[in-house]
Amino acid sequence: MTATTTAPVAAPPVRTEQKPPSDRLRAWATRAPLLPALIFMIAVTQLPFVATLVISFFDWNSLYPDARSFTGFGNYTEVLTDAALRKSVWTTILLTVTVVLASLVLGLGLALLLDRKFKGRGLVRTLLIAPFLVVPVAAALLWKHVLYNPEYGLLNGLLHYVGGPEPDWISNTPLLAVEMSLIWQWTPFMMLILLAGLQSRDHAQIEAAKVDGASGWQVFRYLTLPHLRRYLELGALLGSIYIVQNFDAVFTITSGGLGTANLPYTVYQSFYQAHENGLASAAGVLVVIGSIIIATFALRVVSSLFREEVSRA
Amino acid sequence: MTATAVPARTRSTEGTPPGPRRPRGRGLGLVAWLAAVVFFLPIAWMALTSFHSEEDAATNPPSFGAALTLDGYREFFGTGGGASPWPALINSTVASLASTLLVLLLALPAAYALSIRPVKKWTDVLFFFLSTKMLPIVAGLLPIYLFAKNTGMLDNIWLLVILYTSMNLPIAVWMMQSFLSEVPVAIIEAAQIDGAKLPTILARVVAPIALPGIAATALICFIFSWNELLFARVLTGVVAETAPVFLTGFITSQGLFLAKVCAASLVVSLPVLAAGFAAQDKLVQGLSLGAVK
Repeated sequence: MTATTTAPVAAPPVRTEQKPPSDRLRAWATRAPLLPALIFMIAVTQLPFVATLVISFFDWNSLYPDARSFTGFGNYTEVLTDAALRKSVWTTILLTVTVVLASLVLGLGLALLLDRKFKGRGLVRTLLIAPFLVVPVAAALLWKHVLYNPEYGLLNGLLHYVGGPEPDWISNTPLLAVEMSLIWQWTPFMMLILLAGLQSRDHAQIEAAKVDGASGWQVFRYLTLPHLRRYLELGALLGSIYIVQNFDAVFTITSGGLGTANLPYTVYQSFYQAHENGLASAAGVLVVIGSIIIATFALRVVSSLFREEVSRA
Repeated sequence: MTATAVPARTRSTEGTPPGPRRPRGRGLGLVAWLAAVVFFLPIAWMALTSFHSEEDAATNPPSFGAALTLDGYREFFGTGGGASPWPALINSTVASLASTLLVLLLALPAAYALSIRPVKKWTDVLFFFLSTKMLPIVAGLLPIYLFAKNTGMLDNIWLLVILYTSMNLPIAVWMMQSFLSEVPVAIIEAAQIDGAKLPTILARVVAPIALPGIAATALICFIFSWNELLFARVLTGVVAETAPVFLTGFITSQGLFLAKVCAASLVVSLPVLAAGFAAQDKLVQGLSLGAVK
């Protein structure tokens, strides 16, 4: 990494017999390989968002295209005052926080278990990663039909053996049903990030602490946890960015019913089914604002880890 | 895989004499096994159910030892009537492979300009790419839909290819930047002094070092494209329907169909499981956008 930053200084004096091209030309030659990707990203991601921003200020139902009119912040007031829409804001927050925290705690536990030697560790790791590698829609279908089904789902089948209650999971606790399937899928993700964090610890320091008589808990509390802090932050933030956007699980398990509609589902529904373009755009912009708030923190964490890598190398 | 997963510490604890910690260590290993079984159980059950008959799949208590059959797969592949999943599977393959290829074509030169011969302020550019990844899909969904509708691009698999490329390009640029910067500049300079031209340097010096990383990047982009539902659901219909959209046909119950659902979910997930296990060691780096190595 350090080497690459010094590259521009080291590069020039190679071919002395040729006339050196002007600085400007050389700067463009360096930039050229970057341009296709940069232009592509701006065209495909930034322009549509600007369009969303513009549409969000219009009262526009695509079933009545002639009645399009400028409303200023009208759509935003409607999103924030409409009870159903406001509930979807709340659902999004609740869903994201629950899933991220639960999978982070479980992921930490699993990472700690995997950070020690035991028989079949490789296989255990592979088995634990598997839930993350099931196509999200397939995972949601699996939970909805095969695990949650009140009559012959696996969960109630296993409860049958121990004589416990056999609830109708999705009808009784719809949001929890969605959350459980997402926690199952995202725990491996957290585990992988935290395991990488655990394995990047300074082992000499830990050995030294042990020699000095530190207990396992003390090592964890005063050495491991502070070191893991940024990996925990990174997992939480990346998880939040992905789960705030979650559409697949909500769409598949409850179809947004029973009070589980989150903002992405609401955006989908309000323009795809209700044709309320202006309203959908305003809701979309709100998702973006939420993401930007999370992303600002995420970028800070990533850049601090990144800088550490650069200086370490 | 086991070898790479072993951290430096365990090597040093190996040498410590078996003290009073041993039994606890074994107990925790058992806990890890138990956790793995619990997490894997739904997938194992899905696999088992997919080979059961519909009658055996829908029993309480569950019939673990029922006779095995391929009926679920026959039903899914449409030989028992119903829509064939092949067009959807082919569409997903085309969309995932084509977008991955396009991502590599765009990301490789970009990563080169951000690592081996970096532009000024290359970190700023890198973080711009990352910030686009934080923009949620719903942010641009409606204008993209309206654009597609007005230009006749709706239900066209190539629109998805372009969108999936934009979805994965930031990840790819970050990953490849970190892989390419592992190529020592001294080797490149040495090759230059020996008179090697740029294409030779790329093919003979850079590629061999960066190739495993490029492969992992490709696999991760493939996974994300294959999994994507929201764009595909909104922008495709009959012709360009992808595998996840095909799966949404199973959302409402259709009588006894558990074996068929399990077969379908497993078949659609197989490419992702294969790609994911193949890229296992680089998975974290890709998912954390290169922040964790």
